[in-house]
Amino acid sequence: MSAIYKREMRAYFTTGLGYVFFAVFLAITGFAFSMFTLQYAAGGQNIDLSMYFLIVTFALVVLLPLLTMKSFAEEKKSKTEQLLLTSPVSLIGMVAAKFFAAFTVFAGALAVSSLYFVVIGIYGEPNFGSIFSNLLGMLLIGAAFIAVGIFLSALTENQLVAAVSTIAVLILMMAVSMLNSFIDSEVIRSVLSWISVYSRFTGFTYGLFDFSALLYYASLCFAFLFLTVRVYEKRRWS
Amino acid sequence: MIKVENLVKKYGNNYAVKDISFTVGDREIVGFLGPNGAGKSTTMNILTGYLSSTDGYVEIDGHDILEDSDAAKRSVGYLPEIPPLYMDMTVKEYLNFVYDLKRCKLNREKHIMEIINVVKIEDVYNRLISNLSRGYRQRVGIAQALVGNPKVIILDEPTIGLDPKQIVEVRNLIRTLGRDHSVILSTHILSEVQAVCDRLVIINKGKIVADKPTDEITASFTGSSRLEAKICGNSKEILSAIRGMQGVAKAEALAGHEIDSTTFIIESSPGVDIRKPLFAMLASRNWPLIGLTSLGMNLEDVFISLTNDPTKSPTKAISRK
Repeated sequence: MSAIYKREMRAYFTTGLGYVFFAVFLAITGFAFSMFTLQYAAGGQNIDLSMYFLIVTFALVVLLPLLTMKSFAEEKKSKTEQLLLTSPVSLIGMVAAKFFAAFTVFAGALAVSSLYFVVIGIYGEPNFGSIFSNLLGMLLIGAAFIAVGIFLSALTENQLVAAVSTIAVLILMMAVSMLNSFIDSEVIRSVLSWISVYSRFTGFTYGLFDFSALLYYASLCFAFLFLTVRVYEKRRWS
Repeated sequence: MIKVENLVKKYGNNYAVKDISFTVGDREIVGFLGPNGAGKSTTMNILTGYLSSTDGYVEIDGHDILEDSDAAKRSVGYLPEIPPLYMDMTVKEYLNFVYDLKRCKLNREKHIMEIINVVKIEDVYNRLISNLSRGYRQRVGIAQALVGNPKVIILDEPTIGLDPKQIVEVRNLIRTLGRDHSVILSTHILSEVQAVCDRLVIINKGKIVADKPTDEITASFTGSSRLEAKICGNSKEILSAIRGMQGVAKAEALAGHEIDSTTFIIESSPGVDIRKPLFAMLASRNWPLIGLTSLGMNLEDVFISLTNDPTKSPTKAISRK
């Protein structure tokens, strides 16, 4: 498992994909940060970080599929998966290695972007509790997005199809909560909010540590990674 | 070393492999011979644990491929039809990755150096795989199969796409490997297995047609020797003269583009060498013989004679050995 993880990490930074992800992620977060915190502060208004984190979440919807699109699609296309599947590595180990490699790159970029808050801490007195819970929420929502991307990447050998379908699924998962305000039926609303990833996030934006949300994202993550393992098991047996 | 019993692989209602059984002994080189789509790759993919069989039993070095798959996979080095290479890595990085992946316990430096010496890739060791030629990529693929010094090496069409010089090199390499490993290699080229393998397993339409030592299979075909002769003169007269000779089972003229000579395919009766009488006859009639070649059997001929399919004539397909 560690061999695959190391190879994935290497590949992110030799193919340039990792650098592109870092650069674009930092550009977007940097822009959003200066727009919604520094500009507001300069205008004498109260800073509301929830807008910043909402923009970052939407950036992740587009950017994380770029990290996961090639994880299995490329292996399938270049037939290198035959090497992995005939090696003494379990399917769970293989999927987990791919997941953690993408997660590491994402977490690294998020960590670098968190330096913005250090700067605020120097010049002002931000609510660090709220910032930490927001960042934790980001990590969880990112992990769930990556799991979705890895699952869809295992279904195709075309990276573009993997990326576009992941973006589509993630947008759908995000949009469900917005759809909710247009629906009258209480039953449908509660069902939709159950599958909506973003409605869980609100707790974190208020600076609350929401254990049920943590459980929700973790199980979403496990569910998609488990499905990925099943895809490979099924292919072997069919 | 390898034991395969009643192996069946079904895709939907189609059988890719239908009830195959064979064994491979220690340090034996076995050729898996069959036309495209015969089930060679499917069988190899099952042996290496890439696919699961629908039914049947596979044992590698005493380990069941389903029950004890990690141990079984550890005893197998596999070169699939398309070498599983990562184009963004150098040969060095790639072999080190495979070393980690297979959880190899041997001395890393020494082991990898030994392998690159055996497959002769020292001079490209630090180059990117994407920049290597087809022949080198194939050898890196073989190197990958050797990592961890597995007891069994399975090579799926190892010489496909190589030039004649590289083919000879890879064949020599396989023969060297056979001294310390059990080797299964698949091919659809008959001369290849004749040159390398101790034993042939011939497979067609998912079934084993023959499983015999190579020399036995080759010997059973020497009976019907075929010649290709290029003779100057009137083709109709020559043909009837050849057909009139003793020991000639069949003769036909090929429509050629030569100006004053014609190419004939002559098949002699089993056990008769007609080359000398043929020469004497042509000399006496003053028809210059300007070329004479023995024709080997090709795979199609072998199948036809093994399956005794009377609907096809073996002379249709002609190959030079």
